[in-house]
Amino acid sequence: MTLGEMRDLLDAVSLVGDDCMNIEVRDAFAADLLSDVLAFATEGTLLITGITNPQVVRTAEMLELIGIVFVRGKKPDEEVIKLAQLKKVPLLSTRYIMFETCGRLYKGGLTGCVKRVGNDGTNTE
Amino acid sequence: MTEQTQNKTLLEQDFTVEGGDFIHAGEVSSKIKTILKEIGIKQEVIRRTAIATYEAEMNVVCYADRAKFHLAITPDQLKIVIKDEGQGVKDIDLAMQEGYSTATDAIREMGFGAGMGLPNIKKNVDNLDITSVVGEGTRVEMVILT
Repeated sequence: MTLGEMRDLLDAVSLVGDDCMNIEVRDAFAADLLSDVLAFATEGTLLITGITNPQVVRTAEMLELIGIVFVRGKKPDEEVIKLAQLKKVPLLSTRYIMFETCGRLYKGGLTGCVKRVGNDGTNTE
Repeated sequence: MTEQTQNKTLLEQDFTVEGGDFIHAGEVSSKIKTILKEIGIKQEVIRRTAIATYEAEMNVVCYADRAKFHLAITPDQLKIVIKDEGQGVKDIDLAMQEGYSTATDAIREMGFGAGMGLPNIKKNVDNLDITSVVGEGTRVEMVILT
């Protein structure tokens, strides 16, 4: 699925990265806890979140994520948008809730970037 | 490789991080990541270093007054030493336990403070050494083999 197809599927608006809509999205990670994103998200995955602070873009930069979808209609402020432009992190915003967003994308062919965490709660399987 | 070549420092740089500065939190990690890319470090090593430095930088921003990050690159490893001034860590073994956290509500609202930072640093580096004096500060040394 491309970012553009995802935007249509989620009836989302593109906030940053209009020119990136042909990029192919492989899989995704969804969380409102950035600590978990840093611990479990894999390189090149899509982040689905309700967090809109500058740290979410920094996290995407550090992990080299493919982009961020903000759920529940959330939109970051201008400073965060500028940071995303600078760091070339595509941002989308959808009014669907996180569960509905994940469900639509999963149905559309995306999978989780990891299936589940290991017994010790740190590593992934 | 001779011992002399292995120990040769290719690049050394200092960075300063201010506690409580959530707007710029992550800039030092971003700078370090850019340097590593420019000198052609392996992508997998860059990723692990970026995650570890960013977690450490967020720890400084969340809990300390200020800190100095010292980056030293030799042919076979990256070493980052972080010395902060601040409250220090009472019990390092406890802080290393996943889920243990002293974070405030404000930190949790930002998506951090889940007690995952230090365990995640440990997971991403090859050697981690933490010492701390309560009321003075904490020293974190992390080594990543390249």
